[in-house]
Parts: sequence; structure tokens; C-alpha cells
Amino acid sequence: MQTKVENNKAWFLVMPVFLIVAFSAIIPLMTVVNYSVQDIFDPYTRYFVGTEWFKQVMLDSRLHEALLRQFIYSFTILAIEVPLGICVALMMPTKGRGASLALILVAIPLLIPWNVVGTIWQIFGRADIGLFGAFMAEIGVDYNYASNTTDAWLTVILMDVWHWTPLVALLCYSGLRAIPEVYYQAARIDQASRWAVFRHIQLPKLTNVLIIGVLLRFMDSFMIYTEPFVLTGGGPGSSTTFLSQSLVQQAIGQFDIGPAAAFSLVYFLIILLVCWVFYTTIMNMQKDK
Amino acid sequence: MAEITLNALAHSYADHPSKPEDYAIREMSHVWEQGGAFALLGPSGCGKSTLLNIISGLLKPSNGEVLFDGKRVNELKPEERNIAQVFQFPVVYDTMTVYDNLAFPLRNIGVPEHKVKSKVHEVAEILELSDQLKRKAKGLSADQKQKVSMGRGLVRDDVSAILFDEPLTVIDPQLKWKLRRKLKQIHEQFNITMVYVTHDQLEASTFADKIAVMYNGQIVQFGTPRELFEKPAHTFVGYFIGSPGMNFFEAQLDEQITFGEHVITTSDDMLARLKSMGSKKVTIGIRPEFVHVWDGKNDDAYQVEVDYVEDLGTYKILSFFFNGQLMKARLSEDQQVPSGQIYVSFPEQWTKVYVDEYLVDTDSLTLHSQTKDAQEAHNAN
Repeated sequence: MQTKVENNKAWFLVMPVFLIVAFSAIIPLMTVVNYSVQDIFDPYTRYFVGTEWFKQVMLDSRLHEALLRQFIYSFTILAIEVPLGICVALMMPTKGRGASLALILVAIPLLIPWNVVGTIWQIFGRADIGLFGAFMAEIGVDYNYASNTTDAWLTVILMDVWHWTPLVALLCYSGLRAIPEVYYQAARIDQASRWAVFRHIQLPKLTNVLIIGVLLRFMDSFMIYTEPFVLTGGGPGSSTTFLSQSLVQQAIGQFDIGPAAAFSLVYFLIILLVCWVFYTTIMNMQKDK
Repeated sequence: MAEITLNALAHSYADHPSKPEDYAIREMSHVWEQGGAFALLGPSGCGKSTLLNIISGLLKPSNGEVLFDGKRVNELKPEERNIAQVFQFPVVYDTMTVYDNLAFPLRNIGVPEHKVKSKVHEVAEILELSDQLKRKAKGLSADQKQKVSMGRGLVRDDVSAILFDEPLTVIDPQLKWKLRRKLKQIHEQFNITMVYVTHDQLEASTFADKIAVMYNGQIVQFGTPRELFEKPAHTFVGYFIGSPGMNFFEAQLDEQITFGEHVITTSDDMLARLKSMGSKKVTIGIRPEFVHVWDGKNDDAYQVEVDYVEDLGTYKILSFFFNGQLMKARLSEDQQVPSGQIYVSFPEQWTKVYVDEYLVDTDSLTLHSQTKDAQEAHNAN
């Protein structure tokens, strides 16, 4: 019989994971926590202030407005991109060269860097040289994203829909391809309508990819920064200034590290909370009653 | 309810079929009479499911036509053919309850809700699903799901036919037997044409009145289970039906039929008929059940050598060499277990002759235990 060896070698096996997680998440997060409870004047002069920054951030009306804008923005693009993505996926060809071509065409917006997307739309919407802007001017619509709040919102949303609907579409496309042919055959035998096929076969089988799609799109859009920054710079006024832009203004523009850190943590918790709510709701919806 | 006719039907999955092997269904004509319970029996890959999908319209045949009650339906989609089909693996609508699943085909054609209710309850009763009706279909076990799939095939009682594509594969043996009985009862009750695809001969013969045996994309025989057993029209039927399958050996056709030193005498017109077919080779087939094993020495029987005896519990299978050819015979329970040199004979009525794999229908062929020498000696007298 072998005697059981007792030593601490297991620590070496856990160490790599521990280090990676520490450097990727714990240390940066703790740094932020550290900032959020101190008033820092310079690297050698700092005071512990407790929850003061948190109180200040929670009462800041500028941030309240940004948060509201952020929610409206995220839910609007979700409400457009998810149904649209499903429609695109349903219309994409499934066989032959057409399928490959469609996949490439649909994927193109995903390959373009954020700030380039912002620049493209910035020029695209200009009334003097932009295709879209000039077209609107031509047909007599007074369109100007730089001065009109509605136009600015429209453009920002349109830009996100253009950039990210392909992601939802590709996810749904893969989900649709995974449905066995026999389900469609059975539905034909049962004389199901096109809508019934979608409602009772395709949509239920898409639930899982849609969860991923919704969560990804929510998190990304909730943290959106580059594209609106390049396109409108947060304006006109502060009408398209979203949360991350407010944060950057505060942290780097004004160098209010403490309040910005407190703000970051609240921001992080909001995303976490909303994701959790989404996930649990969808999971509950498909449970066996 | 309909009579289903297949007229010069052929199907190939290839774009440009050139040789017979390219065809999943080789040209065939066949009639499934209205109200019958039929089985389509054959090994995997012989074209059974293809044929079924052509009947239901899921697949468009390359050639030929499908007729329901004499009307061509080639151009009709499955949903327009009013046909029910149950697939090998269960298909349920996950998000619906069992009740809604069963009601689905009825609601799709606009049946009023009170009729839906009574019909669903009736079918649920038959399939013993009544206590599951309120459950979501997603949480069911595989065999319950398959019962739901079958239920959806059975709720519409005005369908042209119900097609079953190996529906009991996922169901455990005990329930299998019960469900097969149920299907049979349903058939007797509603008199709907049913075609049941399977590769299990037992399943086919317990369900169907008539079985079509399929081989290499063709129906090689269509008959009652008894006919398939007693008079296989094709060597494949002999081989596939029965356990163990039929014994075959190739005999030589010259002036007489000979197998090694044994002469197989036949009536003159049989010989003439065989000769007129131009083939030098004939295949002789006899079922193990019909091989007579003598307990003692018998001058009218063949002397053969025992290879081994398998005990299958209720009966024994004797393997022996007949002129170097391994053959099998089924021994009855009380028969003594032979060894060494024994005597067997092939009763004439059960001995079948095949040319090019197909049966030459005859009642006049007999096998005698006479050797060539004996025959010559006899002739010399």
C-alpha cells in the first residue's frame, strides 16, 4: 500500500490561474477601489475620505442624465438590432456560394475599427461632402447631426445598428444552421404556417445564441465611447454624452480621480446587475413550468 | 384516406445519374391499397426512408409519379397532401405543452377548439399521455417525446395515410411492443392506410398485414409475413427474413441439376424451363426450419457432417456441411443433439430454386439423395 504524500505542490498548479486573474481583474479593480476612497492631491499627499466620493457621484445630476441617456440608447439599439439581426439571419442563403458571399458581406462592418466607424459616419452624414447628408439636403430634409439633437441621436443609433446588427445576425445564423432538418419536415407535415415555424421551432432554438447576443450587445453598447466621441463629441451640448464619456471627462479631463473611481465602480455594478437580470429573465422564460 | 400508387418511380440524389448504382430508388411501380397496414422492410440504406419521403412529398422524385386515389400529387407540397409522418427521432415543439403539441396539426388546419380538445384527449388516452398533457414537451423523456410525435401523426383522422419512419427506435423494448399493438388497434379502429418503415422483421410482421421487402432501391417482394417466410421471391428475402436466414447453395445446371456429387432431379418441364432461361447456374434455397434431420441412418437422405450445435434456449441450431457448404437446420426442442455423420433431407415443397436471385416458381422440383453414380447405375438398368 502506498502512503499518501502530503505537500503543498498543488499551489504551483493553481498559481498560473491565480496570477492571470490577479493581473487581469483583481489588481486593476482594487486600484480603482483604492482611488475611490481617497482624496489624492499628489502621489505623496492623500487622505482617506470614506464614502464621500460615492455620495457625491450618486447625487451628481450630470451623471444621472448620462445614465438615463445610456439606458435609452442601449435599449433602443437592442430593440432594433435583435429583431433585425434575426430577420437578416433568416434571409441569408444557406447553401452554395451565395451563403459564403452573404457571410462575408454581413461580417464586413464587424471588421472595421471603432474610430474608423465613427469617422466613416461623420463624413457620411455631412451635408456638404457626405453621401447621406448630401442626399438628405437634396430631398429637402434639414438634417444636421452637429446641431440638431434628434439628428445626432438618429445618427448615433443608425451607426451602431449598422456596425453591430451583423453580430446578432451571425449568431442567429449559426443557431439556425444547428436546427435539424427533421424539425422543418415535421412542421410541413403538421401543416404549420411560416410564422408558426418561426415561433415554435426557430425562435426557441435561438434562445441560447440570443442570450449571448443580447448580453454582448448590452455590455458593449453600455460602455460605448469611441464612435459617438468621434462622430458628435458628445454633443450637441451634452445630448449624446454617454456614461463612459462622462467618466473620461471626469477622470482625465478634470483629473478628479477619486470621484471617477467611485463612478467606475457604480458603473461596473450597474452593468453586472442588468446582465444578471437579463440572464435570469431569459432563463426563467424557457423553464419547464 | 387514400390508395397510394407509385408509378415508374425512381429517385437519385445525384445531379446526373448515369448508372443504376446512382439511384436510391430504382424504377418501381407499386400500389399501397387504401386502408391497409403495410410495412416497408429492408436493411439500412436500401432506400426505405427515401421512398417514404417521396410519398409524403418532402422529397421530389427524379422520375415517375406518385398518385393518391389515382390523382397525381407530385407537384403538391407535403402540407397540401394531408399526410401524417412520424420520424425516427422525436420531434416536439419544445416551448409548447404536450396538449398544445398534440393540438398543433389540428389548429393549423382550423379545427374548432372543442373538437381539438376531444381529439387530443382521445389520442392522449390511447398513448397513455393523459396525465402529461399540461407539461412542457421540453422536459419529457425520449420515449415520451416520441409518443407525442406519434400522437401528432394520429390526431388528424382524415389524413390520406400515416407514414412511420422507424418510429420505435428510441423506445425501450417493453413499451415498443405495447405501442406497436396500439398502432395496430388504431389502424383497425380508423382504417387509415399506414406504411411502417423498419429494419426489424419482427416489428414488420407484428404490425403489418403485408410487408414490402426493399433491397438496393427496389421492392423485391410484397406479401404477407407468411408468404415472405414460405416463398421468398428473392434470395435477399430468404436471407433477410427468418433467423437464421435461408440456406442457399449454387448448383450446376447441365443435363440435370447437380450439386457436387448430388443430383437434384426435377420434372422435365421444370428442367426445360430452367434451360430456356439460359443460365448455367441455379441457386437452391431451403429454410433451416424445413431441413429434416433424421435421428438414424436413412438411405433416402443425404449424409452430412455436423459442424456445431448452438443452443438458443428454446431451440437449437445445427450447423452442418453439405458437400462442403455450411448450412443450418433448426432442431426441435425434444430432438436429440446429433454429432459426427448424420442424415438430413430437404422436403420437396420447401426447396426453392432461384435464377439470377429471383425465385423460379415451381412445385415440381424435388431433391433426391441419389448420387451421380447411383443415378447412372439406375439409368444403366
